[in-house]
Amino acid sequence: MNAVLFRAVICAFALALSPAALAEESFLAKVSLKDHRFVPAELTAPANTPITIEVTNLDSTPSEFESKTMRVEKLVAAGGKITLQVRALAAGRYRFFDDYHEDTAEGFLVVK
Amino acid sequence: MLGALIIVFREVIEAGLIVGIILAVTKGVAGSRLLIGAGVAAGLVGAGLVAAFAGYLAEAMHGVGQEMFNAGVLSLAVAMLAWHNIWMASHGRELAADARKLGVDVRSGARSLAALGVVVAVAVMREGSEVALFLYGLVASSATSTRELLAGSGLGVLAGAAVTSLTYFGLVAIPTRWLFAVTTVLITFVAAGLAGQAIVFLQQAGAVTALSQTAWDTSAYLSDTSLFGRVLHTLIGYADQPSILQLMVYFATLASITLLSRLFSPGRAKPERAAAPAIR
Repeated sequence: MNAVLFRAVICAFALALSPAALAEESFLAKVSLKDHRFVPAELTAPANTPITIEVTNLDSTPSEFESKTMRVEKLVAAGGKITLQVRALAAGRYRFFDDYHEDTAEGFLVVK
Repeated sequence: MLGALIIVFREVIEAGLIVGIILAVTKGVAGSRLLIGAGVAAGLVGAGLVAAFAGYLAEAMHGVGQEMFNAGVLSLAVAMLAWHNIWMASHGRELAADARKLGVDVRSGARSLAALGVVVAVAVMREGSEVALFLYGLVASSATSTRELLAGSGLGVLAGAAVTSLTYFGLVAIPTRWLFAVTTVLITFVAAGLAGQAIVFLQQAGAVTALSQTAWDTSAYLSDTSLFGRVLHTLIGYADQPSILQLMVYFATLASITLLSRLFSPGRAKPERAAAPAIR
């Protein structure tokens, strides 16, 4: 019984990791960091669609793009550009911030 | 200064807790302090490398290098913790007492120790690289308050070290016959939480899209970025908005480690004893 469960776990992992999952269409939202502020500070995206967020860091210091509600966190090197995938979201306002400069760098993704 | 202290402290809590637990687990095992020291040192070097090459890492693998790297090292830590628990289950009875000092099965004992050294290195590297980048940002920005911010960061690291000693002394205060049972359960939960975190990175990379719906939202009651939330996040894998897949992997990891430990335990022929190994 243990062996069966173990095999089931392995299969679940293999299935979850299959590259076919990459193919899904997503909406692209772009944002930049300048002087430790997000430009624009408000992004919009359609509801129930996977979203790709592209973050460009125009500052000379690194930052960490983070959002609790979108469940993402990713380092952005100075002058660097990253993209990250966000699951399909229900309508609402989702806050994001630069973990290293949370006092100034705050923005929202408005999903409708 | 307080801001820098809080940012750095928040980053080092997880590593601090994990190192504290592993120090307690290996208490009294010959060579363990050296190995954990080596783990911390390797983790610091790794943190510096990850921070220095963060830009390249982010661009690697079509832009998902950072997530894949994190998911990879987290999986490695999960495997090492699982292996440690399973190994202890199969050898624990003779080791649980002071027999461990007598060098019973020294060679495989050293291997189990090395597994924990890897876990320490991974924990320090992950958190350390973020601290390194934050500090680099402070120095590079050459703001007038840089010195104050650096002082705050230093205090943050010290606070992290305090978490390590609190965890360690809290655990070793537990009577020896209970300590093994407690740390076994603790390591199983830590491993499950890390496995869940690995899934979050795979989802962020877009490598996994199935079952990404949020299972629950308890952020209004206990945010996992708050101090207590952060501690629970490390110890039992608490997340305030986990995805369904994250939960499934969490429980699958808990079940796998528990079942495999039971399977490899020499006492498994007598299930009533295996169910409560610590009670005599």
